[in-house]
Amino acid sequence: MAYTEEELKKELETKEYEYGFYTDIESDTFPKGLNEEVVIALSKKKEEPEWMTLWRLEAFKIWKEMTEPEWANIHYQKPDFQDISYYSAPNKKPKYESLDEVDPELLDTFKRLGISLDEQKKLAGVAVDIVMDSVSVATTFKKTLAEKGIIFCSISEAIKEHPELVKKYIGSVVPKKDNFYAALNSAVFSDGSFCYIPKGVRCPMELSTYFRINQAGTGQFERTLVIADKGSYVSYLEGCTAPSRDENQLHAAVVELIALDDAEIKYSTVQNWFPGNKEGKGGVYNFVTKRGLCERNAKISWTQVETGSAITWKYPSCILKGDNSIGEFYSIAVTNNFQQADTGTKMVHLGKNTKSTIISKGISAGKSQNSYRGLVQVNSRADNARNFSQCDSLLMGNECGAHTFPYIEAKNKSAQIEHEATTSKIGEDQIFYCNQRGIDTEKAIALIVNGFSKEVLNKLPMEFAVEAQKLLEISLEGSVG
Amino acid sequence: MAFENNVDMDHPIHDIRSEAIKNFETKGFPSKKEEAWKYTSLNSLQKIDFSIFPKEENALEYHQVKKYFLHEIDTYKIVFIDGIYSSYLSETTHDGVDICLMSSALTKPMYQQVIDVYFNKVASKEESLTTLNTAFSREGAYIYIPKNKAPKKPVEILHFATGNEATLMLQPRNLIIVEENAELQVIERHQSLTSNEVLTNCVTEIFAAKNAIVDYYKVQNDTKKASLIDNTYIAQKDKSVVKVHTFSFGGKLTRNNLNFYQNGEHIDSTLKGVTILGEKQHVDHHTLVHHQQPNCESHQDYKGIYGERSTGVFNGKIIVDKIAQKTNAFQQNNNVLISDQATINTKPQLEIFADDVKCSHGCTIGQLDEDAMFYLQSRGIPRKEATGLLMYAFANNVLESVRLPELKQRINKLIATKLGVRLGFDL
Repeated sequence: MAYTEEELKKELETKEYEYGFYTDIESDTFPKGLNEEVVIALSKKKEEPEWMTLWRLEAFKIWKEMTEPEWANIHYQKPDFQDISYYSAPNKKPKYESLDEVDPELLDTFKRLGISLDEQKKLAGVAVDIVMDSVSVATTFKKTLAEKGIIFCSISEAIKEHPELVKKYIGSVVPKKDNFYAALNSAVFSDGSFCYIPKGVRCPMELSTYFRINQAGTGQFERTLVIADKGSYVSYLEGCTAPSRDENQLHAAVVELIALDDAEIKYSTVQNWFPGNKEGKGGVYNFVTKRGLCERNAKISWTQVETGSAITWKYPSCILKGDNSIGEFYSIAVTNNFQQADTGTKMVHLGKNTKSTIISKGISAGKSQNSYRGLVQVNSRADNARNFSQCDSLLMGNECGAHTFPYIEAKNKSAQIEHEATTSKIGEDQIFYCNQRGIDTEKAIALIVNGFSKEVLNKLPMEFAVEAQKLLEISLEGSVG
Repeated sequence: MAFENNVDMDHPIHDIRSEAIKNFETKGFPSKKEEAWKYTSLNSLQKIDFSIFPKEENALEYHQVKKYFLHEIDTYKIVFIDGIYSSYLSETTHDGVDICLMSSALTKPMYQQVIDVYFNKVASKEESLTTLNTAFSREGAYIYIPKNKAPKKPVEILHFATGNEATLMLQPRNLIIVEENAELQVIERHQSLTSNEVLTNCVTEIFAAKNAIVDYYKVQNDTKKASLIDNTYIAQKDKSVVKVHTFSFGGKLTRNNLNFYQNGEHIDSTLKGVTILGEKQHVDHHTLVHHQQPNCESHQDYKGIYGERSTGVFNGKIIVDKIAQKTNAFQQNNNVLISDQATINTKPQLEIFADDVKCSHGCTIGQLDEDAMFYLQSRGIPRKEATGLLMYAFANNVLESVRLPELKQRINKLIATKLGVRLGFDL
């Protein structure tokens, strides 16, 4: 598993020389551009087995043939894929057993971002697999998890250590040719998390990964694979914050969830990438493909709080393949200033007695555009499928927009589908009521927004809910008008 | 399809036509790749070589088509047989109001001013099938109701296809102008009399001025070989009230493009529809309500019952512009699937740019309530009748706002026949 320092040194030296990569003080970064050689080099750099390299190359071939999707209700300057560096990693590769060994500078960055590792370790029992510019640098609580047989590691490690699992499941839910960004990710994914819960095991703690973008001009291509074996349970948290950036950063992640018979996966996200400044300059482009597959009696629940990114393009979906499986989607998407979000979900009912729930809350302020786009599809074999969807939008200010694009396709007569959507603003009487009780307008709005989003906030794990609530307040700061 | 260039070149609207041809030539027929046509394919229609201009005039006797008229009451009638005006079956007027023909309105100088102001003003200059109609339409209804007037009787616009041509494409074009404080009721129907292929690509432009009231009823109960693409564009001014009811009970492929543009304040727009389909029929309701001014309302209510191998599509779009504050827009779409082979695709869509609005849409797909069914059965009503009753009740809200009792009765009968039940009472 861990290589000796000598080997590492040697490797670093030779690799750099071989491919002519430049390294600045903190991280080594590929030169900008994307071609087959870059894909091969990336794969080599990560010491991947041959099958993985071939897999990536195949994805790259598919990607070259594809064009960027334009159907989303977002407008932006398309990223130049040749102007992005496809690999950047902190230079100290060895894994640490304890925090003391971690580069103090790195730790300092985390602290400034308000995430204290030791605090989290103590407080919540959260095992944190930190991803700093794509490569895991610290993994905690690994031992406790190992005792249960749970595998929680970076995906590059998993490719090396558990190739049979990765080989079997990677690309099984989000195929390489699924869409433009999924194909790109498949070709050049840098790292990500891998999680396997064995049969009948209930994961004793919330698994969590914090993502950071820290290197200028670096695209982040995360790949997450969560497999819950028969009868197991896992709650997975993903949180993102990114420091201010002037140029646009591209983020194209792929998340695949596999819930085998009777398993349950709860996947929560708090996303707060840099949204660009008040003039709409900068900000992260977030093009994410997230999808889960439910086998018999399985359940997948997506919860997301989206406050960041200049552009969000994200549809966490559930394929309800097995009979009696359940899919859930709870989402809050907040857009302010010049942010644009086109987000929603897909619920594909294939099995009998499948159920899905969609609760989506959109809040738009400033000059932002917020769209809900969803698909509920009931196939002809999906007897007694049930869906309930609700999407509510809250508008703050008269320069923003809220849009809904729900697609409903039913091919089975026993299907029961309900969809409702409302759009409104915060009532003046509501604010007045708060004001006359001594609550100032800003607070009142926070209060009302909180109530508006409560249905979704309640679905978040405790530690996350608090953070998310704060995030909502911060993102809407100064939008009173 | 082969187009014959029979259109009069010296026509005053020649420029509009050539513009439209140009647009259609670049766009062509819409394909499923276009978002607006995602669920409706015109491929099967494009394979047929339709004849655009019928070679001879055809005549019909009144008794052959009597049942398609609303004969219980007196009405003005504008009747077309294979796209050509039938003066024998029609009853037009120039007494205070103009209820006559598009071709005469386009050619006679006395209408020139009105045509200049209104013709092709609200109809899309981009949408390919509308421009196809603009380019090749020759006939249709022209209705002009001046200020403070209301015609004594409702107007019926009927299009018959005799089937003397093996395949026929009709492109009627209607222009309806209702001036200030005026009122109008129109019933429109397209009917094929044989089992030959007919494709109708109809465009209707309706202008409702201040305080005008317009009721427009579309009855669609055509044969298995008849397809209809209906494009209706409605421009409303201050305080006008326009209601469009669409009853879709038949036809091979029906596409209703219904577009409302609100160009004033305190406007009320109502869009209602009942769809009952069987066999391999396909109906696509594509509605747009564009709220461009403050303080307006729109109400949409579409009910669908889909049996056998039919397909239903509902795509309702509401756009609220930035200045259209205090808009109330409601949209409701309820569907019942009664067969496993039937499909329903629905996409209610809101695009809202103003903050002080109340907009909602609701959409359901479900079955008839088993408890209600049990209740009726326990009172000795057989399951079949009970099903009919419940479906009747389901479609009832839409009928409530029909203001012509005779038409309501007619629709009731149509629904009953379609559902195969005898109810012994009217709703």
